[in-house]
Amino acid sequence: MNSSVITFPGSNCDRDMDVALKKFGFKNKMVWHDDLELPKSDLVVLPGGFSYGDYLRCGSMASKSKIMKSVHNFAKGGGKVMGICNGFQILVEAGLLPGVLLRNKYLEFICKNIFVKINNKESLYFRDIKKNTLQFHIAHNEGNYFCSKDQIKEIDDNNQIALFYSDEFGNINEANNPNGSIKNIAGIFNKEKNVLGMMPHPERMIDPALSGEDGSIFFENLINNLK
Amino acid sequence: MIVSEQIAIEHGLKEDEYKKICDLLKRVPNITELGIFSAMWNEHCSYKSSRFYLKNLPTKGKNVIQGPGENAGVIDIGDDDAIVFKIESHNHPSFIEPYQGAATGVGGIMRDIFTMGARPIANLNSIHFGSPQNKKTKNLLRGVVHGIGGYGNCMGVPTIAGQTSFDESYNGNILVNAMTLGLVKKDKIFYSKAAGLGKPVIYVGSKTGRDGIHGASMASASFDDKIEEKKPTVQVGDPFTEKLLLEACLELMAGDSIIAIQDMGAAGLTSSSIEMASKGNLGIEINLNMVPCRESKMTPYEIMLSESQERMLIVLESGKEDLAKKIFDKWNLDFAVIGKTTKSKKIELYFDEKKVTDIPINTLVENSPMYNRKWKKAKLPKRVKFEKEQFKNLKIISVLSKVLSNPNVCSKEWIWQQYDHTVMGDTIQKPGGDAGVVRIHGTSKAVAASVDSSAVYCWSHPLSGGKQIVCESWRNLISVGAKPIAITNCLNFGSPENQENMGEFVECVQGLGEASLYLDFPVVSGNVSFYNQTKDIGIKPTPTIGGVGLLTNYKNMITMDLKETGNTLLVIGKTEGHLDQSLFSRDILNEKNGPPPEINLFNEKNNGETILKLIDLKFIKAAHDVSLGGIITALSKMCIKGKKGAILKKPNYLINKFEYLFGEDQGRYIIEIEKNNLKNVIKILSENTVHFDELGTVNDDNLIIDDKSKVSIDDLIKSHTTWLTNYMSK
Repeated sequence: MNSSVITFPGSNCDRDMDVALKKFGFKNKMVWHDDLELPKSDLVVLPGGFSYGDYLRCGSMASKSKIMKSVHNFAKGGGKVMGICNGFQILVEAGLLPGVLLRNKYLEFICKNIFVKINNKESLYFRDIKKNTLQFHIAHNEGNYFCSKDQIKEIDDNNQIALFYSDEFGNINEANNPNGSIKNIAGIFNKEKNVLGMMPHPERMIDPALSGEDGSIFFENLINNLK
Repeated sequence: MIVSEQIAIEHGLKEDEYKKICDLLKRVPNITELGIFSAMWNEHCSYKSSRFYLKNLPTKGKNVIQGPGENAGVIDIGDDDAIVFKIESHNHPSFIEPYQGAATGVGGIMRDIFTMGARPIANLNSIHFGSPQNKKTKNLLRGVVHGIGGYGNCMGVPTIAGQTSFDESYNGNILVNAMTLGLVKKDKIFYSKAAGLGKPVIYVGSKTGRDGIHGASMASASFDDKIEEKKPTVQVGDPFTEKLLLEACLELMAGDSIIAIQDMGAAGLTSSSIEMASKGNLGIEINLNMVPCRESKMTPYEIMLSESQERMLIVLESGKEDLAKKIFDKWNLDFAVIGKTTKSKKIELYFDEKKVTDIPINTLVENSPMYNRKWKKAKLPKRVKFEKEQFKNLKIISVLSKVLSNPNVCSKEWIWQQYDHTVMGDTIQKPGGDAGVVRIHGTSKAVAASVDSSAVYCWSHPLSGGKQIVCESWRNLISVGAKPIAITNCLNFGSPENQENMGEFVECVQGLGEASLYLDFPVVSGNVSFYNQTKDIGIKPTPTIGGVGLLTNYKNMITMDLKETGNTLLVIGKTEGHLDQSLFSRDILNEKNGPPPEINLFNEKNNGETILKLIDLKFIKAAHDVSLGGIITALSKMCIKGKKGAILKKPNYLINKFEYLFGEDQGRYIIEIEKNNLKNVIKILSENTVHFDELGTVNDDNLIIDDKSKVSIDDLIKSHTTWLTNYMSK
């Protein structure tokens, strides 16, 4: 399986993603934001970081960078695109996913382990994962997902919500919402479910010595389902 | 403008220093030259009050590749890997403008690290605020934490450990000390020594603006009522540009184009150009019209003294300009050839085709003032005689709850949750433990790092306090299973012109030197910050030690959380019940007199090394050093982390229970071992003549101290975790 990780000038989780993808069997290539063409890929990943400094809305400048045209075309052709954290923000700004990501409700950067409940197991990203909740890690300042009432209805109707913030048993409530996201949303799909954006970082949970190992479950499942 | 003595004094120079300048130049300096002298001769850059004492610190060791004198220290961690590290203060700017002050402090120290060719792999910080009741404290704390996070998070470097304290002596002068560790291959370390004649001098990074002019001079003066007026001397940070600068520099460093490189930190272009020339025993010529400027009509004086951030000066191999420019273009950074190295041994600056500065380098560096200031020796205070009456109405559990929720003991999760501590995917011990630990990427090795200071001990008796911090740093590294290698220090003191403050400096440095020599734990880098005072009142002396240790196999790392019910708990080191200057004595009994606990360096070394042996033999399940708040505070933290309780044995000591539980005798650790290993462990401890006591056993849900004192883990957690969150949300 071939994957590509896009490096924007201020990406800082690009290496971590490269390490994770390779660990689970992907042949990964790093792609510079100024390039025009994507290499042949089964998966394109937009990693976390601060793409262009994010002094303007997070991800807005990156959504206009040269490589994004190819990413757009790739996604429109049904290619699998995954955006993590800043990558999620870029996908939203690029119009590949609905909604926006606002500043965290308590106006502070949050770095900690959280639980997510898998809402939609139909997409290949989460299909065949036995657990209903996963322990992931978040590290962001703007992860407060928001969209209009009409939009949220549409997202819901189309089963586009991928992940909710929850407790370890899958209970979804305000106490387990770290950033104020509408409906505790931690990750969403596009209508076709080939594009996934999520705030949590599975690539930081791939080794028993790190914060946890549920990221391994995610990547193992992903490569198996892409095969 | 014609320079006069008055103008020199306004630049922070003393009358006799101005006279010396005129004598050295054999003429009156022009205003640009005066600015350069004032920048190079201020306390911050010249170490004029501290040099005399710093030279006595032990700086050599078998793992030391580079000691003080470069941008940072470098130690060998085997397999051609080296760790570059340093701690630096950004106290004055952080008080004036907490967000930018703290942010640029973090940016500055990271630049020091990657200037040497190392990729930053971990950040730490030691921050000290006034009393929580002081009306400025909350906003300063919030601003500093946001600033540290804002910069470090964007750079993608994990913040793995830190220390926060509150004390009224910082009411008018907070402390922000930032530390960074970087990783480099031994044969790819870059230095600031220029070499070769006619080599191009390159400016890269951000453009130069009018921000931060005279930042270093501001850092070399005391605060007064007009402090707000100094806001323009605070630099403004741009972490995104620094991230670009980091990647661009490392890309250029992969080749062999660079002769010397120096970041523009304090005193900007002035100190970076002069330091490179001075170390290479060369001259340097710069055309200031070539310097990329952010604002129009900047004068030579402003260009030379600006402390705009995210800039580097490089002496390049001739002919490599195009190659280097291509890299900086790729990263959208300014790149300009601004001058060349010369044989004149002078700094010569040109602007609009006129020579605006002509100063021999040695007058700025070797001939800079050095003072052997007057200082007062501190007496060891008399022991306090505690009366039985003082303890009569105290209940152990309520005292424990007060201690755990004390601002200086309570959980600092509110702070470190705002720092990305897991980016780079190698953090194996997060903040909140004895030391932060990161793996050396792709290897079985890991480095541990800790920052420590004990202002109360140093204030009470500087010599003992100085020794104590080095020992505490050593213990924190041992507690996670790391072999301590070397330290960096950030020496925060009041005015060196005050004999008592100067005495505190001299004796703290002596103490830390003695301890680091004995423990073979040399000082490889550091920074001095004097004039931490408002009007005439200095802060409590606060030397901060950043310690670095090595784990050859990260799988042997130890954490403090209690592991399994039924396991045995031992206290390593002798308990004598020293309450003077303890948290218990100061905050519960309100007794602020007395000497700090004594330091026995032999025991420190022996206890620590024996624990490392036990860790190697895999006997230790959990370990934690005993510090502020004594045995029971240390044990409570182990309970809280492991969500386990403990049952204490009745002690064999003749001291009272408060002395036993809350005394702060040094050189101690609590370790958890399996029952069936007890015999073997005792054998090793005895063979090494290490004193130990059996503390008790690990329990399920309750901490049971004696038949009248029992507390649930949930209550312990509540006491420990609520204070800071509540304080910040009010």
